[in-house]
Amino acid sequence: MLHIVACIKQVPDTKIIKMNPKTNTMDRSSAPAILNPYDAHAVEEAVRLKKRYGGTVSVLTMGPPPAVKAIRKCIEIGADEGYMITDRAFAGADTLATSYALTKALEKIAKEKPIDLIICGKMTIDGDTGQVGPGIARRLDIPPLTSVKKVVEVNKQQGYAIVHRKLEDGYEVIQSALPCLFSVEKEINEVPYSPLPNMLRAARYQPVIWAVSDLEDVDRTLLGLKGSPTIVAKVWPPEKPKGGEMLEGSAQQQVERLMEILQQKQELFAGKEARA
Amino acid sequence: MAEKFDVIVVGAGPAGTSCAYTLAKAGVNVLLLERGEYPGSKNVMGGVLYRKMMEDIIPGFYKEAPVERLIVEQRFMLLDEKSAVTFSYKGLEWGEEPYNNFTVLRAKFDQWFAEKAVQQGALLVNETVVTECLVENGKVIGVRTDRPDGDLFADVVVLADGVNSLLAKSLGFHKEFRPDEVALAVMEVLKLDRKIIEDRFSLEQDQGCTFEIFGDATKGILGTAWLYTNKDSLNIGVGAMLSGLIKNKIKPHQLLDYVKKHPIIRPYIQGTEQQEYLAHLIPEGGYRSIPKVVGDGVIVVGDAAQLVNAIHREGSNMAMTSGVLAAEAILEAKAAGDFSASMLDSYRQRLMDSFVGQDMKKYKDATHHFEKYPHYFEKYIPLMNRAASQMFTVDGSSKWEKQKKIWRELGSAKEKWKMARDLMQAWRVMK
Repeated sequence: MLHIVACIKQVPDTKIIKMNPKTNTMDRSSAPAILNPYDAHAVEEAVRLKKRYGGTVSVLTMGPPPAVKAIRKCIEIGADEGYMITDRAFAGADTLATSYALTKALEKIAKEKPIDLIICGKMTIDGDTGQVGPGIARRLDIPPLTSVKKVVEVNKQQGYAIVHRKLEDGYEVIQSALPCLFSVEKEINEVPYSPLPNMLRAARYQPVIWAVSDLEDVDRTLLGLKGSPTIVAKVWPPEKPKGGEMLEGSAQQQVERLMEILQQKQELFAGKEARA
Repeated sequence: MAEKFDVIVVGAGPAGTSCAYTLAKAGVNVLLLERGEYPGSKNVMGGVLYRKMMEDIIPGFYKEAPVERLIVEQRFMLLDEKSAVTFSYKGLEWGEEPYNNFTVLRAKFDQWFAEKAVQQGALLVNETVVTECLVENGKVIGVRTDRPDGDLFADVVVLADGVNSLLAKSLGFHKEFRPDEVALAVMEVLKLDRKIIEDRFSLEQDQGCTFEIFGDATKGILGTAWLYTNKDSLNIGVGAMLSGLIKNKIKPHQLLDYVKKHPIIRPYIQGTEQQEYLAHLIPEGGYRSIPKVVGDGVIVVGDAAQLVNAIHREGSNMAMTSGVLAAEAILEAKAAGDFSASMLDSYRQRLMDSFVGQDMKKYKDATHHFEKYPHYFEKYIPLMNRAASQMFTVDGSSKWEKQKKIWRELGSAKEKWKMARDLMQAWRVMK
């Protein structure tokens, strides 16, 4: 029986979020909070492995109290239990401090029920770093397998897992000892429409909630803003390209106009024509 | 094994949530199903929420609910192409408790309201569409949703699934609407700095005003346009009977564009930025279009029961009251252990005895009358504008002369007689 923990995060929907033009920070009130899309795939993969091998899926998140919603979303997908660590002391954490706090929570979960596998999404859409997963693996001293796009086998008896890791020009097949950590690509699975009983369970579900004081052996200087060496010097939205020309008319006309522009501006085909 | 609830409410709008809230508060095991991502995400209204009916459910709700502005002024504009006759009432008593009405943004308000129902013990499930009612021996015994393992059972199913109410239709409670029973409304939320709103509309902080605009705004089609003030945005919209839009071959967004560019309206929305675009049907068939609202194990509330008073732009308040009355009837039925149509019929009786049924009855002919005789909008509103212009333009002719001129403009004796008759008729359907 596997015990799989998926680490998840509630993020603002960056597809629609607005930037505050004065401070260049995200205006979090302008976008709804959602479950980080990559994490939905992480939870789904955990649920699939549970169906394949039997076991339990837990999810863990660090965040403010409203993040309970993201845990409920995971219950909808099929997770069994949810844990949330929430405390003012966690505020302002960068990826280093976040991975430390999550590791402490994972240690506490493992004490109750040993963990065989941790699955994270490839990255969050609000931070885009992909560092928390490997950070947790490093702290727990287990192998991090990043860019996982397929899980071939998880064998608890013999203590190994085999996965496909996505590379730029293909994939590699890797075997690792258990326990280990996967961070998964979107293409690993499709998250299906949840069955109604899961929806009802999620609507009623209350996760386990821990504050810093509930965790053991915590070095408070490694938490939150204090434990975060990252300094965000400046954030700015990419400059929007100005001007340009909208091609109009039939496909034929548009292509002709495009060719004209390419020939003029880049002289791409000029040489060829001259040669011909 | 599919789960069984005491009551399943389909749709978390004002009617459904009011019903679920009231039931949950009384300790009933109630499930509230919503198709949108969250309650309010798919709901549309012009923007005015009346205090009284909401406060019957949650006293003092406005202290914590996301309301936008307290309405202290209501303006009514009779619009012509380049002029408007405006009536207005501004009363500062509306700015003090107990308030009369508020502007709200439904996406925010409905979410808050549903959360209150959850706090009372209702179970809320979003993103789930009810595809049909489960019926056994002519009795509704539950619902089927679009999710895997999606069946659920209940003693009573409350249909609060909105204007189209496909569920009530599939039960044979009503037929497909005729185009003269529904209005199509389109609306935009326009962002504007709150200070500018207050200056532009002569408001103090938190105060708001509403414009109802008749006449040229709908190009003579039966309908209205409106302009409401939110905290830092304006709602501008226009709604017209579907039949009129079809007959005049006008698309609703064209009508809204026309309103926004209208020289009388334009200055009010200058410098705004479009934030949202919404469209919705409004049931305006009135009393005669109210479908069957009770069956064995099933009750219909809100827009699904066509409970809208088009003349007074009331709908959400009627929805709330209908939801509460449905809950009361269900509580009675539960105590008696009888969920048959004859038992639940106490809902219909309560509804018809309440202001909802009474007002619906009062205006039962109003929309139909104005729909049938378009000259109220096409002819009399421009006439009033010309009369006002004539009377108030100082051009050296005496006021007697002006009155004579206006009198002449009303047309021949026959036309005047017709007008008098029209006014009588209008009075009769409105009284």
